[in-house]
Amino acid sequence: MIASTELLPMARPAESKSQGRAEPRLESRPDATRGVALAAAPIKMRAEQLRAYFGATEVLHGIDLPIVDRKVTAIIGPSGCGKSTFIRCLNRMHEVVPGARVAGRVVLEKQDVYDKAVDPVRLRRRVGMVFQKPNPFPTMTIRDNVLAGLKLNGVRPADPKALVESALRQVALWDEVKDGLDRSGTSLSGGQQQRLCIARALALEPEVLLMDEPCSALDPIATARVEELIHELRERYTIVIVTHNMQQAARVANFTAFFYMGEVIEHDETNVIFTRPAEKRTEDYITGRFG
Amino acid sequence: MDLRHTDREYEAELRKLRESILLMGAKVEELVGTALKAFTTRDGPLARRTMGLDRDVDQLELDIDELCLRILARRQPVASDLRFITTTMKLVTDLERIGDLGVNVCERVTELVEEPPLTAVGTIEKMGEVASQMLHDALDAFVDSDAEKAEEVIERDSIVDATYAQLFPELVNVMMDDPQCVHRATRLQSIGKYIERIADHSTNVAEMVVFMVRGQDVRHAWVLSQGES
Repeated sequence: MIASTELLPMARPAESKSQGRAEPRLESRPDATRGVALAAAPIKMRAEQLRAYFGATEVLHGIDLPIVDRKVTAIIGPSGCGKSTFIRCLNRMHEVVPGARVAGRVVLEKQDVYDKAVDPVRLRRRVGMVFQKPNPFPTMTIRDNVLAGLKLNGVRPADPKALVESALRQVALWDEVKDGLDRSGTSLSGGQQQRLCIARALALEPEVLLMDEPCSALDPIATARVEELIHELRERYTIVIVTHNMQQAARVANFTAFFYMGEVIEHDETNVIFTRPAEKRTEDYITGRFG
Repeated sequence: MDLRHTDREYEAELRKLRESILLMGAKVEELVGTALKAFTTRDGPLARRTMGLDRDVDQLELDIDELCLRILARRQPVASDLRFITTTMKLVTDLERIGDLGVNVCERVTELVEEPPLTAVGTIEKMGEVASQMLHDALDAFVDSDAEKAEEVIERDSIVDATYAQLFPELVNVMMDDPQCVHRATRLQSIGKYIERIADHSTNVAEMVVFMVRGQDVRHAWVLSQGES
């Protein structure tokens, strides 16, 4: 016989039980899928103990981060965490700021890009960059904007016409501008201008494309077009994108690295980061919690 | 460290969701507990009153589903929040089913009280005790985000299954000894089945808690591991 009092579970009044209960917590259990894809992936670039300084201030504290070949890696983190500085170190743009310097290594296919033998201008052809605000050269036509990078590098393309078409086709801008290539680059809409800037970077045939918040100045439709473009480009290029928009990282990136106060807190497949991150700080940031 | 969402409205929505599930869980537990008490004490009127509780459970299921959809659409939750919401959406289905099974127990009780009792009742009471404790602990595990407690619940399902396996030959014997009992024995058999299902749904809830806490899916582990070899 069962005592009826035992059979009757205590009803939980919603109010009292929920108060003071902990939020679902992270458990530091080994997860068979965490880190697996990253460990097996071919690496295009790798930061090794990378430190970056503005004057005496160290803003990156020894970053170790592999960038997977022909995949999209998103760098997320709060303002001031060093994510933009990090990608600017990848193509030696950081050192152009007065007083800025770098220690450690960035290896691009076995070569340290900070090696004395490396010409930073040539490096930036291999590792191109797209900035937050679309910045076509205002005095140049659309055509000249696409060719601007080559001109600055002193390269004369064999067939500039074909190159312009190919670069604009890659960014899905060709059909929109083919009848007005002599118009000013700034006559385009914001989204078109950003795609023009991506075309300008692609005309140099880079191997790696760095994108520093490429959609933060764009409306949702233009953003969707750039994201679609990223999906297409990742088959041919290694892409590193810095974004404040976490949904964007979740949509476009194969891998995501979470930066916090100049350190990499967690780096894994985007699926892992956004469904079951291993680190509590990642969890708190992506779910929008503060301490 | 108690971390809250930067967005207080979102925080409040998640809290409301959590409280609604707790309320639904409490109602379902009450329904099952009272149904089993009605069975044990052969209390027809109590069984009939208990069936009315199911209405509240159904309403809560609708409310919780709507709240989950709203949060998904407006907040795009990720990581533990995403696991919490998706777990909740599945969990309410199991809770609602448990409520229905409790009602089924009540229906059979109202039929059984019209006739004299049978001996197999003891085995069913034993099953009911384990199953309702499983439900209670699964909900506790959810509230406390306690994956270990949830795992204990999952393990206990085999006790209910084993007891249910004993019940069947027991009832067959009763029926063979006295064919007059067939009507009652089949009703007891049904109640045994309902309780066995309550334990199964409680196990589902516990499996979801493990997923919610650890991000690790433990469902069908045994069956799937057999398929690999």
